[in-house]
Amino acid sequence: MADTAHPNTTGHVWDENLQEFNNPLPAWWAYSFYATVVFAVVYWVFFPSWPIGKGFLPGINTVTYKNAEGQDESWHWNTRSKLLAEMQEAALAQKPYYDKLMGMPYEKIAKDPELNSFVLAAGKSVFSENCAACHQSGGQGKIGLAPNLTDDDWIYGGSDEKINETITRGRHGYMPPYAEALSAEQIDQLANYVLSLSGNQADAAKAAKGKDLFHAQTAACNYCHGDNAKGRADMGSANLTDKVWLWANVPDAADQAAKVAMVKKIISGGIDKGVMPAWDGRLKPEQIKLLTAYVRTLGGSGK
Amino acid sequence: MDTSQSAAEPLYFKRIPVITRSVKGPFRKFKTVVLWLGFAVYFMLPWLPWSRPDSPSQAVMFDIPGRRYMLFDMTVYPQDVFWLSLLLFISAMVLFFATVLVGRAFCGYFCFQTLWTDAFMWIEHFLQGERPARLRLLREPWSKPEKMLKLGGTRVLWFLLSLWTALTFVFYFGHAQTLLVNLVMGKAPAAAYITTIALTFSTFVAAGVLREHVCTFICPYGRFQGAMYEPATLSVHYDRKRGEGAAGRMSARTGLRTLAERKTLGHGDCIDCDFCVQVCPTGIDIRNGLQYKCISCGLCIDACNTIMDKMGFPRGLVRYDSETNLALAEPAPVHLQWKSLKVIGYGSFLVVMTGMLFYTMSHRATFEHSVQHVRQPLFVTLSDGRIRNLYQIRLTNISGREDNYSLAARGLPPGVLDLGNFDQVKVRTGKSVIVQASVTLDPGLAARYGEFEFLIRNGKGEEVADKARFFVKHEH
Repeated sequence: MADTAHPNTTGHVWDENLQEFNNPLPAWWAYSFYATVVFAVVYWVFFPSWPIGKGFLPGINTVTYKNAEGQDESWHWNTRSKLLAEMQEAALAQKPYYDKLMGMPYEKIAKDPELNSFVLAAGKSVFSENCAACHQSGGQGKIGLAPNLTDDDWIYGGSDEKINETITRGRHGYMPPYAEALSAEQIDQLANYVLSLSGNQADAAKAAKGKDLFHAQTAACNYCHGDNAKGRADMGSANLTDKVWLWANVPDAADQAAKVAMVKKIISGGIDKGVMPAWDGRLKPEQIKLLTAYVRTLGGSGK
Repeated sequence: MDTSQSAAEPLYFKRIPVITRSVKGPFRKFKTVVLWLGFAVYFMLPWLPWSRPDSPSQAVMFDIPGRRYMLFDMTVYPQDVFWLSLLLFISAMVLFFATVLVGRAFCGYFCFQTLWTDAFMWIEHFLQGERPARLRLLREPWSKPEKMLKLGGTRVLWFLLSLWTALTFVFYFGHAQTLLVNLVMGKAPAAAYITTIALTFSTFVAAGVLREHVCTFICPYGRFQGAMYEPATLSVHYDRKRGEGAAGRMSARTGLRTLAERKTLGHGDCIDCDFCVQVCPTGIDIRNGLQYKCISCGLCIDACNTIMDKMGFPRGLVRYDSETNLALAEPAPVHLQWKSLKVIGYGSFLVVMTGMLFYTMSHRATFEHSVQHVRQPLFVTLSDGRIRNLYQIRLTNISGREDNYSLAARGLPPGVLDLGNFDQVKVRTGKSVIVQASVTLDPGLAARYGEFEFLIRNGKGEEVADKARFFVKHEH
């Protein structure tokens, strides 16, 4: 119990008997408070703190990172520069792997377990950032948008060099529209022939006529798709004989009529959206090499 | 406690500094041995070399960036966190078990607060002398050079010990030699400096300034010990009946020097010399009975026995005993009361858990493995209509040496599994690799091979099987 008879006062007396209680703060509290004051002063010295006019007190702490020109750039401490510096630090930690990657031919990369693991892990993250928007997160592509990279069908060739070329220089797949050049009947015949090529159900009579059209000057499909309809990797024309579809979603079609309609739509309208941008300049050579090796692991044996 | 007395007392007591007198005896000896052993292990362990093929040659190292703890011949990885929980459980059980039997033995003999405070008090004693000298120095003004020199010197030594304690802690997290050089050269990571500063400060404050306040106000263990004490628990007790007698304790003045004289006048054996109070590191009087401030260090037992020997009285006025025994008219000889549900329960948990820890540690697999089906896409149709599924096999070698693993599948027709170049894969110790495997099946056949197993075999021929599934369509 507080001693109320003899209170601890400040000692001042006003108006004869008016006194003030003296209840000092607990020592630990007071010292903790002084410690925060000291901390604040130290903080002002090192970090940006007080606003001064339109500017502010920047503090003596600096963050240094390499700018786009490769020169060291120093700023007062700020989280944006710190992020850049930390990203560059992380990139530096990856550098030995990239160096190893750049110094090795693709066949050797595929035989080095640790480097191949790096390709799978780091490749996935670079792929997710740059490629997944069209090719989807696992490289499975999307019919009508971007090719599936996980199957064994390579439109422009599946060798390491070809994949690298595709990424570096980009691709532009084009097929002219035939709506004006051919009659509706001819397009129907061609569509039936194209379906029959990959073992789909088709009207045999129409398909036979379609086959003639395919090889004749009228439609001249064989110029691009080849006499055997297997496509040409050098120009990116589709292999029509395999089970892989990129533009017409035949596998998911509801019935036969829908399948024919889909193929007809492609023949009449052509294709002018098979565009892959060139990544040279957007990605570093080592990133392109990493992506090449990664894309190869998606598709398995490249032919 | 007398409540009327507490009403008159102020709520706030100014702390009376605890200046302890040194004492000799078996408990002091035991504490000193524990102190030396503990310090020797703690301060020297980071410097113990150990040869390892691929990592720093330090016997004990907590490699945080490498996500591994290296303990002699064993490397502990994050996935072994189960061991940590077992270890914590065992520690708790040891604590409970010991407490039920012999009270706060941990507090009094093993706690690092006790050890470091003891070391700090030893420094104090070494520079400033015995208790009376220290009390005299305390009263003197700081202007006296002797006080400046002795108390200042004490603080310098305290600081050095705190600093080395902090540095030693930091050494466990890196290669000690390199880290020490880097710390001095200003090249060590910021975390090392921050830890060193924080620990130096906290060691100095806890062992030099706060001392018994850590035990009474900060440490929760001192407060929940009551839940573990039994009436039969042995703890440091003052034999009130023998010490006080009918007429209370009395100093050994003329006419009260022998037991016979004291008995006739009704006084107990306690000669009220205050030695037990002066040696107490928490500044309590054990004669007031069991109290929460008592850390059960046994120094008052040593003190009292010294006096009893000098007086020619029998030893054991202050001794390890139980409340039940002391309540008897004629206390029986002291013995451990282990036949209680608590003791046997804690004990059996302790044995089972310790067994489990050693079993799991000695039976750890030499590699970690997992097989993940690639989900995006779940399956893919190839040009010829066959279906392919992709799998990622992750292998982590924790055997301590490079090993060669062979991979295969069971339950699949021949020729459908493609492991790239990694039917055999070499993995360095502590490293992980990912192997991508593909299985290609005819849609007609696929239904028969919905489930199969990946077989992973290490160099010694130990084989594990991981289940995997083959998908041909999206299942809802």
